Amino acid sequence: MGRYVIRRLLQMIPVFIGTTFIIFAMVHALGDPVAALFGDKAPDPAVAAQLRQQLGLNDPLIVQYGNYMKGIFTGDLGTTFSGQPVTELLKTAYPTTLKLTVVAFTFEVIIGIGLGVISGMRRGRLADTGVMVMTLIVISIPTFVIGYVLQYLFGVKWGLADATVPEGAPIQSLLLPGFVLASVSLAYVARLTRTTIAENSKADYVRTAVAKGLPRRRVITHHLLRNSLIPVITFLGTDLGALMGGALVTERIFNIHGVGYYLYQGILRQNTPTVVGFVTVLVIVFLLANLLVDLLYAVLDPRIRYA
Amino acid sequence: MRGATQAKFAAGAIAIALAATACSTSSSSGSSSGSNANGVVRAWWGDPQNPLIPTDTNEVNGGAVLNMIFEGLQHYNPKTGVAELANAQSITTTDQQHFTITLKPGWKFSDGTPVTASSYVDAWNWGAYLPHAQNNTDPFFTSIQGYDAVHPASGSPTAQTMSGLKVVNDTTFTVALTQKFSLWPDTLGYSAFYPLPQSFFKNPTAWEAHPVGNGPYVIKSWTKGTGMSLTPNSTYSGNYKPKNGGVDLKVYTDPNAAYADLQAGNLDIDNGLSNTALKTVQSDLNGRYLNQPAGINQTISFPLNQPKWNTAGAKLVREGISMAIDRPTITKVIFQGTRTPATDWTSPVLGAEGGYSSTLCGDVCTYNPTKAKQLIQQGGGIPGGQLTISYNADGPHKEWVDAVCNSINNALGNTNACVGKPIGTFADFRNQIQNKQMTSAFRTGWQMDYPLIQDFLQPLFYTNAASNDSHYSNPQFDSMVNQANAASTKSAAVSDFQNAEKLLVTDLPSIPLWYQNGTVGWSSNVSNVSLDVFSVPVYTNITVNK
Repeated sequence: MGRYVIRRLLQMIPVFIGTTFIIFAMVHALGDPVAALFGDKAPDPAVAAQLRQQLGLNDPLIVQYGNYMKGIFTGDLGTTFSGQPVTELLKTAYPTTLKLTVVAFTFEVIIGIGLGVISGMRRGRLADTGVMVMTLIVISIPTFVIGYVLQYLFGVKWGLADATVPEGAPIQSLLLPGFVLASVSLAYVARLTRTTIAENSKADYVRTAVAKGLPRRRVITHHLLRNSLIPVITFLGTDLGALMGGALVTERIFNIHGVGYYLYQGILRQNTPTVVGFVTVLVIVFLLANLLVDLLYAVLDPRIRYA
Repeated sequence: MRGATQAKFAAGAIAIALAATACSTSSSSGSSSGSNANGVVRAWWGDPQNPLIPTDTNEVNGGAVLNMIFEGLQHYNPKTGVAELANAQSITTTDQQHFTITLKPGWKFSDGTPVTASSYVDAWNWGAYLPHAQNNTDPFFTSIQGYDAVHPASGSPTAQTMSGLKVVNDTTFTVALTQKFSLWPDTLGYSAFYPLPQSFFKNPTAWEAHPVGNGPYVIKSWTKGTGMSLTPNSTYSGNYKPKNGGVDLKVYTDPNAAYADLQAGNLDIDNGLSNTALKTVQSDLNGRYLNQPAGINQTISFPLNQPKWNTAGAKLVREGISMAIDRPTITKVIFQGTRTPATDWTSPVLGAEGGYSSTLCGDVCTYNPTKAKQLIQQGGGIPGGQLTISYNADGPHKEWVDAVCNSINNALGNTNACVGKPIGTFADFRNQIQNKQMTSAFRTGWQMDYPLIQDFLQPLFYTNAASNDSHYSNPQFDSMVNQANAASTKSAAVSDFQNAEKLLVTDLPSIPLWYQNGTVGWSSNVSNVSLDVFSVPVYTNITVNK
């Protein structure tokens, strides 16, 4: 197990270097960021030259990348054009997005798996059909439509929730955005759980457990659910990364100043350090979430062993 | 089915409870007359792109804050746009080139230090010094003697201060310009000319984190990227004392989010209304909405550096294209009336006295498809066979460019005469203009720096001027601008500039399209909301209802 983890961690190094370089090159290809600093006006050539030199934009791409990587190892991720260190942005943005992700993830797990179990146990009945129809509707509507509609209804028309998230992003104001962010994945989780539950409920070990006289509750949680959750966990693990990256739309609708906000602004202003810094952290989150999923398999199913 | 019925009852009960709470929350926002002097205004804001240094801020979000925390030598009247003396007691000249500026005594920065002649001279020198790489120095300091030495076009500066600036005593300094510029004193209300306190020069980075000025407000707290809280400045000595207890600026990324907050009563001032919001804003806000022309115009420019566009025939073609554009319909349909069809190259905010004219462009800017087709044929057709209008795809331009092209195509009876040409990013778009790579028409827009006709003409059409995107050059135009700058009275200067502007009607380096309007919507929580000539809310005047 320990060796497996170390091997997986070592594999992250080339992935890390590869992604940072690709992102770096992509932002670089967007063009000259200095011109965009001047708004609708033509840049003053002398100032533009001065800025390019200060920002190191005159060096070839590979040298710029080298300088950037050198900075990373000393904890310096560069600065935005307004002089804010990117590390500071990361510190304000990630906790906010993480909070939102946790809220969304909780919705996803509780409601998603809950609905899945209910509809899987009552196949073909009203509850099952209801869940299937509802999830189908949610999946087919784009997130931003759900977002704007719920924001209008709950935030503006009925005044039940904050229309946007205030400074500091308190948990109660994140409930609505969290639900919107979770909605589509939630529907997938429900459908995935339903299918595996439906399949496994006919398995021999479930019949044995029932025959043994175990209470229904215990059969479901300890025998049925534990074995049915493996594909669901795989989905949830990859989705954790996707939620953090995909929060961009939800964050815009509810004015949450998280990762999506800074990433969007970084791209708009062509600030390479901001974009690369945020994407790099996202990549690391993705990689770690995947590792965690793989380790969870072993916990859920003792037959799976890592050497 | 007993369970199901109970569930239905529960759902019904919840719905009723929700409706009840909704009623109670909405009725609590009702307003009564009278104002609350300590009430705080919550206003829309965007994250400033650059540090909040006066010489480094050239966009509206940073500019809005600078105008709140600083007061310069002059202040543009929020209603008329006329420059009025603020921190300056007098600005005098005998030859329109050498100016003596006297300050009102006793003015202080919010940290208690006095505003002196050096506060201005040092700030201007600091901003103009090339190694500081400030991006808002042109055209503000370029006219001061010695600018070339601190800010050479290439190479390193040979001096740290501009020779044209001299401190006489604590309240007086003199300015020598490189050439006559009669309207120069009227430029001094712009933010680039604001003074800076001693603390700035000691440690610019520390100052940037917590800017200190001499204006009506002070910054109480600032969370970068999220918001800023401003309170009235007790040491402020000017005429625009705040009528509210402060302003909280909230950063929004999506204009729709701000609008939702405005409707929900979490925001008072929203001057970032989106096109979607503008469709329903009148009824949504019960008329708490303002829509008035701003100092911004939109034009289509032509690359006169390309030989095929720089012929006598091409001139007729440009005239024809201008007449083929149905401005009133496009402004109404595409922009919901938030643009006003243009009749000259300036803006209505200048007023007739300041040089705006509703007749200057005349027939050339009036829709006349028959004449348009005739002129284009007479001029030898569109150079290259097809007109492309380039625009930056990251801005909201596609809709109107397509509409303009449709209008031209309809007039010419040819569905391929004109097409829009998107260019990925604004930076790339600017680069192509700058490097003279444009081969056909492209969109241009101009936001005035100060409400002067000079600012709408000289930086855009003077030979080799900084923003002369069409690379227009006409010696006659240049000499008329020079003459206007040497005029001894404001009215003479304005009429000289208008004469120069008349040359643009025949040469048409760019086609005026429309003036952009400023819009603002506000909540029932505040009153006395207005926009100044720069389309920024006049924050000091806003009162909070009791």
